[in-house]
Parts: sequence; structure tokens; C-alpha cells
Amino acid sequence: MSKTLVEKIWDAHVVKSEVGFPDILYIDTHLIHEVTSPQAFDGLRKRGLPVFRPQQTVATADHNVPTLNQLLPIKEELSRYQVDMLTKNCAEFGIELYGLGHPFQGIVHVIGPELGITLPGKTMVCGDSHTSTHGAFGAIAFGIGTSQVEQVFATQCLLQQKPKTMKIEVNGELGTGVTAKDIILYIISKISAAGGTGYFIEYAGSTIEALSMESRMTICNMSIEMGARGGLIAPDQITFDYIKGREFAPAGEQWDESLAYWKTLYSDADAKFDSVLSFNSEDITPMITYGTNPGMGMGIAEHIPATANQISSEQASFQKALDYMGITGDTELVGKPIDYVFIGSCTNSRMEDLREVAEFVKGRQKAENVTVWIVPGSKQIEQQAIAEGLDKIFEAAGFQLREPGCSACLGMNEDKIPAGKYCVSTSNRNFEGRQGPDSRTFLASPLTAAAAAITGKVTDVRTLLNETVNH
Amino acid sequence: MKKFEKLTSAIVPLNIENIDTDQIIPARFLKATTREGFGENLFRDWRYNGDNTLKNDFVLNNPEFKGQILVAGKNFGCGSSREHAAWAIQDAGFDVVISSFFADIFKGNALNNGLLPIQVSDEFLAKIFTTVGQSHGAQLTVDLENQTVTIADTGDQTEFEINAYKKSCLINGYDDIDFILNQKNLIEEFEQAR
Repeated sequence: MSKTLVEKIWDAHVVKSEVGFPDILYIDTHLIHEVTSPQAFDGLRKRGLPVFRPQQTVATADHNVPTLNQLLPIKEELSRYQVDMLTKNCAEFGIELYGLGHPFQGIVHVIGPELGITLPGKTMVCGDSHTSTHGAFGAIAFGIGTSQVEQVFATQCLLQQKPKTMKIEVNGELGTGVTAKDIILYIISKISAAGGTGYFIEYAGSTIEALSMESRMTICNMSIEMGARGGLIAPDQITFDYIKGREFAPAGEQWDESLAYWKTLYSDADAKFDSVLSFNSEDITPMITYGTNPGMGMGIAEHIPATANQISSEQASFQKALDYMGITGDTELVGKPIDYVFIGSCTNSRMEDLREVAEFVKGRQKAENVTVWIVPGSKQIEQQAIAEGLDKIFEAAGFQLREPGCSACLGMNEDKIPAGKYCVSTSNRNFEGRQGPDSRTFLASPLTAAAAAITGKVTDVRTLLNETVNH
Repeated sequence: MKKFEKLTSAIVPLNIENIDTDQIIPARFLKATTREGFGENLFRDWRYNGDNTLKNDFVLNNPEFKGQILVAGKNFGCGSSREHAAWAIQDAGFDVVISSFFADIFKGNALNNGLLPIQVSDEFLAKIFTTVGQSHGAQLTVDLENQTVTIADTGDQTEFEINAYKKSCLINGYDDIDFILNQKNLIEEFEQAR
């Protein structure tokens, strides 16, 4: 019988399937961090259970960590306690931890792929909704709650209903200044923040196939922002080339065996999806969000939609979002002064993002009114950026290259956007207060964020790409 | 896990769509390492001003609305996978959340903690909001065994769906770990067969 990619991987991991019950799904790799794991470890202690397969579990500290002076003790007491608790729990239960100071430390969804832990055909979970990132390699990867973290600790399995499948095709060539982030913001703006709920999404089409692994990760990362449990892309030569030679990637004979299996991982030509959507990349321009959920996005040159044009039952929530953002419907967003630019998060903090920003800002200067934070996704990326001299370019432009962590994506650690201030952010969520109480977020690509940093205003990056700069 | 069978209680209405888990409990309050005490910071930035005084116009601060059933606009619980959102709602005294649409992860987290998420139609949700708008303190009866929700004032009733396995977990108070642990031999067999 023909199968979708999701079905192939799912079926290969079903321990037991019984009518009337969710499947018992085997989990190959369990990633953990300090925020969503302590209560799960506690649960194990209460039940008197060990971690069933500690060697299939990998930990890092990312949400609470400062991005300056990381080797000093964390100032904030509760954050420090949570990170210390992770260290203690990992030692007690025999789990490998890439904590602060370790050369592999970084955002959990950045280090998995970087270390060759994320592989095609795997099932992977983490107590974090952006686990969908790993789907870029053709893995079933999704976020879980803490009770489920405990479940995976105890059994290396999860009780799960098989998800519905959706295919999203994007075909055509991308225009100037349009990147993977714009593709995904565009899709979410079309199908809404709930449009993918209940589905696992497979991204396909010529535009997706032409993307690098890092760009594919950006796309899969934001699957959850339309409510989907996960998103994935069939592995191909670009995937295999990325994986080969990485720290924990298969090597030698194992590589050949793995590769042969990976090459079977695609949706059969006549496989049936529960839903199929198709987009043309020529319709996509640099995107920006204006509201308080990731579905409230638009082409940057467009006008903010008017409340009156929303369906009547949604007008109150829509207007509430515009009021929070301090903007008016049916006006331009371009030209709006901003205060902060954040380039980082599990969505856009990889080498490709940093190189792209560096290339663009070389010879330019940030606007005086703007604070710019560039936060690499991992220690390895930070080191690579320095080795390539990107730190010097950022410094000359007035951008601050910080140390790895989740940083200003979520208003949990020291990096917060102050109340009332505007931030153009490459992260994944523009919810009220996401980047700090009463902060206001415009989500965009690294290029669009860099353009805003230079002008101090929301800017259509295409207008700057044509300018000549003295390098 | 906490058991659930039947509940009659007043409605606490929150007629806002796309309530995300950052609103339910902001990240800066996720630093506790136990499951208790998150209720204090439920809807923190909607309940409190920056100086920690109460915002009087928010429904949870209105003494006319005290109950165990939270009713919210569609796409409730979107965003982060933080189970702290379900813990906070439960810790604040709620046993049921009703909406016309739930985000997947939130729904699973709620069920894993004995907090019952009930999805009703947009029309029925509108009826609940209308009823409670006219009569603060209006009550609902939730019957899990028969899978019904009834508006006490009007007698309007609707059925809701719930996975049969999850229903039995709630009624009996057992959880997924209990269920899988009893079948650990199958997991080991699966591993050996690979």
C-alpha cells in the first residue's frame, strides 16, 4: 500500500496498535532542557523508576541562560536553581548533558542537527513545541508536555493517536530578499495560527527542495505556529551531505546502511494526504507580522488589514491585537520606528542566518535609536562566527554578538524587551508579552530584521539591497 | 491523576480567541521545579498591572464570576508545549475548560492532568457567552459519562467527543504511564526486533 512519509516513519515505530486506543509509539531520541524536565524527574522518583534508555536522551541548558558572561554563576536565583537542577538530575539518572561551558551547549533544536543526533527516519520528542524543527531531516519530531516527558523517561514510548497528514507544496523561484522565514510566515498568514491543528505537515515542491538544511529547519520550526504537531521534509542529497561527518552521525559501514534506508524515506507518488495545499513562491515577498499571533502577518509593503474587513466574530480579538501593538488598521507598517532588533532563537540563529546578516551589514551602521542583539544558536556557531570574522563585522555595525541561548525569544532569562518597546525579531512568536511584559514584537526574517537595525524603522529590505555599500 | 465524573459549576467567561500559553502563564513564571503554585500567575499580565495591583476589568478579578468552568474563545492554548499552562488553570481552581477549538498539545496536557478540555460548536459557545453575559454566575453541568454539557438556565444541551481511552483514564484516575508500564515487555521485544 502506498504511504506518506509520515506513515512510513510512524508505522516503523509502532510497538502496539489496538483499536480504541492510541498507538504505543517508540521514541528514538529524547531531547530535554531545564524548564520542562524537573517535574518529570520528580515523577520518576515518586514512582521509583529509572530513566529506561538514558543513552537515547540528550540534555542542554538553553531557556534560562544569560547570553553575556555565561561562565559566571547565573544571577537570577530561580533560573540558576532550574539549571542546577538539570545538572543534578542528569547526573542522578545517567543522562549526557551539554550544559553551560560545554563546547556543544546551545539551543536544543540547534544542537541536535549540528551534532548529527537528528537523523532521517527517527522519532524525536522534546518538552518544547519547536521540536518540529528536526522534521527538516525527514524525522517525526514533535513537542510534548512534561507528563509525556516523564512517560518517555519511563518507557521510551508515547501513547499517541496517529496524526492526520497535510502536504504543503511551494513551487517556483524566490524573489530578491525573500528567504525561508518569509515562506513560512506567508503560509501561516494564509492558513492562520490554527490552520494546521491535528496535522503533521510535509513540505514539498521545487522551492522547498532548493533550500539548504538550515532554511528547511526554519520552515519546519514554525509548523507549530499554525497548530501542527510537526512538519517534515523528505531527505535528499542536501540532507545527506549536511549530516555526513557530524559528531554523532553514523560512519563507515553504518553510514552506508543508514543511507540506504534514508533513501526509502519519501511519500509514495500515489500516497493520500488528508489535506493538500499549494503555494507559488513568486507570490511571496519579504514578510512581517503586525499582530499578536504568527498568523497575523503580511507582505511588508502591504497595509495592515482593517478590523472592519475581518469576519464579525473575530473583530474584537483582532482590534485587541492592534491596540496592544499600538498600530492602526489600513495604514503602512513600513517607516514605523523600532527600538530593538533580535536575531536569534531556534528559528533563525544558525550560521546561514549570521552570514546573511553579516554580508548585508558589512559597511553599514545601525541606527542610533536601536539596540541590536545577535544571539547564536550554539557555542559551535558562536565559535565559527568568530573564526570567520563575523564578530568584527557586527561590532563595526554596532550589533552585539552575544553567547548562545534562547535569549529574547521568550522573556524568561535576562534578555527582555522593555514594556512598550518595539522589537523586530527573527524568533517565532509575537504573542502579547512574549519577549517581556508589554513588549511588542514584529516577526521577520534575519534580512528584514537587519534592515530595520540599519534604518531604525520597519523597512522593506529590497529597497536597501539595491544600494551600493562601501565594503 | 485526579478523577473526573460530573460537575455543576458557575461559568468564568473569557471571550477572547487564540489565547496562547504565554498569556495563560508567561515564561518568566516557569522557573519552579514542582507542579504546585502556578495558579497565582494564571493570566498574569491580564490580571495584574505592572505594579502588581489587580486589573479590575479582568474577569478573574471580578467576584461575580467564581467557578470551576473556564469558557474561552477558539484556538485556546496555542503556542508553547508548557504543561505549566494546564497546571496553572487547575491550580487556580478550574476542572473544565470549554472552547470551540483547542490547540493539540494543550489539550493533551490537560487530559494528562485530569483537567477536562471540552470542544463545543461555535454556536453553542456563543450561547454560553450570551447566557453568562445576561446572568453572571450562570452555571453549566458537565457529565463526562454521558459526554454532555448543559446550560442550567436555558436547558440547552450539547454532546462532546472524547477519546474512549482518555475518558476511562479520567473516570478512573489513571494515566498513560500506568498504561504503558504494564506492557514494557512489548517495548523490549520491539527494541530487540529492530
